[in-house]
Amino acid sequence: MKTVMSNKWAIALYVWPALLLIGCLIYVPLVMTGYYGLMDWNGFAPKRFIGLENYGRLMQDSMFWKSTYHSFLLGIFSTLSLLLYLAVSLVLASRIKGADLFRKIYLIPMLLSSVAIAQLWSKIFDPSNGMINSLLISLGVENPPLWLSDPNIVLFSIFIPIIWQYAGFYIIIYYAALKNVPEEVVEAARIDGASPLQIALRVKLPLISSVFKVTIVLALVGSLKYFDLIYVMTGGGPNHASEVMASYMYGEAFTKYNFGYGSAIGFALLIICLIVTWLIRKLTTSKDDYQY
Amino acid sequence: MSKKKALPILLSAALILILILSGCSSSEPTAKGSGTNAAGGGQTVVKFMHLWPEGSSNAQYKIVDNIIKEYESEHPDVKIQTEILGNDQYRDKIKVLASSNELPDVGMTWSDGFLQPYVEGNLFTPLDDVIDANLKDAFIPGVKESYAVDGKTYGMPLELNISYVFYNKEIFEKYNLAVPKTFEEFKTAVKTLNDNGVIPATVGNKEGWPGSFWFMYLADRIGGPTILTDVIDGKTKFDDPAIVQAATEVQNLVDMNAFEKGNSGLSNDEAKGYFMNEQAAMFLTATWELPNYTTSPDVDQAFKDKIGYFKFPLYDGGKGTDINSYVGGPGVGLFVAENSKVKEAAKDFAAFLVKEWGERSVTEAGVIPATKVDTEGKDLNPMYTEILNDLNGASNVTTYFDTQASPNVAELHHDLVSALFGKQITPQDFVKQTQEALDAER
Repeated sequence: MKTVMSNKWAIALYVWPALLLIGCLIYVPLVMTGYYGLMDWNGFAPKRFIGLENYGRLMQDSMFWKSTYHSFLLGIFSTLSLLLYLAVSLVLASRIKGADLFRKIYLIPMLLSSVAIAQLWSKIFDPSNGMINSLLISLGVENPPLWLSDPNIVLFSIFIPIIWQYAGFYIIIYYAALKNVPEEVVEAARIDGASPLQIALRVKLPLISSVFKVTIVLALVGSLKYFDLIYVMTGGGPNHASEVMASYMYGEAFTKYNFGYGSAIGFALLIICLIVTWLIRKLTTSKDDYQY
Repeated sequence: MSKKKALPILLSAALILILILSGCSSSEPTAKGSGTNAAGGGQTVVKFMHLWPEGSSNAQYKIVDNIIKEYESEHPDVKIQTEILGNDQYRDKIKVLASSNELPDVGMTWSDGFLQPYVEGNLFTPLDDVIDANLKDAFIPGVKESYAVDGKTYGMPLELNISYVFYNKEIFEKYNLAVPKTFEEFKTAVKTLNDNGVIPATVGNKEGWPGSFWFMYLADRIGGPTILTDVIDGKTKFDDPAIVQAATEVQNLVDMNAFEKGNSGLSNDEAKGYFMNEQAAMFLTATWELPNYTTSPDVDQAFKDKIGYFKFPLYDGGKGTDINSYVGGPGVGLFVAENSKVKEAAKDFAAFLVKEWGERSVTEAGVIPATKVDTEGKDLNPMYTEILNDLNGASNVTTYFDTQASPNVAELHHDLVSALFGKQITPQDFVKQTQEALDAER
């Protein structure tokens, strides 16, 4: 191995396929998106250069800021729900009976495709025939909430399946991290008379803190660019009440044919995600951390 | 470097080569199968995309499938390659394909506002020559013109749709309701149904357009048959008192609980379910639904027998005094891509399809084609024959407002209709915002 690694050309040879792929599939389109954002373009007619006009319009577009607000709201909720996932993982990792079964149960939503989940929850949320409202009506509630039609609650209704969908993913991550905590450390704490709760909070949690920080970034950035369930379940409606940045971008580009403006939104989304990632890293890194 | 390491390097180099090659080929149009020789043996391959999947539009699917088979047997050197998507997915995909310049050789388009940007982007080819040669005077007057820009026709219409209120006769009989002739009678019927715990009418407003039907008919009945077309042409403003009145009446209906709860979160298909399951008594929709009430083998005959239809009632004191004025318009038509490699074959196939479709859609699917059809001596469903006769006696067919408008205004209209039904905006705001969008485009 050493002989290969000492050869600069060999290193280059191994690195450049991945670099080429990432470059072609991610960085080139990124730059192109920024470039299209400077155009007045409907997708197929000739482009017209208009400078920063799209970005100027973006700054004053109340709909864009509303969708940004919704995206951040989703980010906050997903981040908070990490605590829930963590609690579940702590329980599962403490060798309770049936932990294996529960782990699989939590994992199943992750195996379903987003569209299937969206269809499933659309049925559950159906205003008269859905599972939730049929139950509420049979319990005597006269006007059960219109989950996906009431603009005041639609956003929160959609958060439920999103949080449900990602439970398995984060629980698996935490579970694996917790299983990696050295048994000797836990043993030592136990001999010193620590209660299970103390072991969890004082020993295990600090040891997996780096994983936790990574999941915060994943959850926040993932939420900011979230699209699929919202697109299928409400399309951002009713009247933009559940619009997030990505669905707004899609609507502008593909339903209204404003590809130029859509690209500008996409580019703004990228910048917002970068800033958020940088901020979280800044706030959470300490010297002895791994850098991801 | 030892020989042992040479192998992995060689392998990774091969992998890179494969990746590069496969990456290149996808951007080359010839590899898309639209060129000649793609199937070997010198065959011409025509790519054709349509929006009638076997599952949800079975009757239409079968007709198209048979026409394709017939065409291929008559032209052994041509192979038709189909791609089929549902309506909304089709709308999405065609835009994506257009923006990457990979439209199929033949595909489906809507008229007016939808077609406009594609024509401006030089993506569709004019079809006047093939229409003159094969389909001269074949279309119902006025339909072809919806696909024309600057005097050239870019689409060959397949369908014509008009809208009716379809209703469940059994429910109406149960509560002693007669078919309403005026809007007041209609409201009384709504009230009676409501008092008896039946959903009077179903509408799905997630995408907005189904709700727009109610608005458009009310505008037609209150402001007269030309009012919406006049708005598009700039002869009338959208904030005309008649349009405000129409929007107000929509909200009055909402206040009366005329529609199922939570309709602004339901898609048209979900809303349709309430009618098909007999939970709702009425459904205002267009004639593309006819197969479900007449010929479709997937629908129970007992249900089909219960379904009747009536024309949208007249409004007391409104300017639209003719009940034979309809809201409707051409549905889909066929386009041929400007940069198709097999343009001539594509045009020929498209013309063949339109011609055959006219004959067969009447007898086999029970939808209304855009081509003139002689119904004499054909064994047709009575409801269908009646509607064909209505069409002959129609005093006016107002093309759907969203079809006539540009994509921008159409989208806004859908959003606003959805908000209007959800009572998130007032009728005044509804007209004001639409007028602003219309002004911005002038």
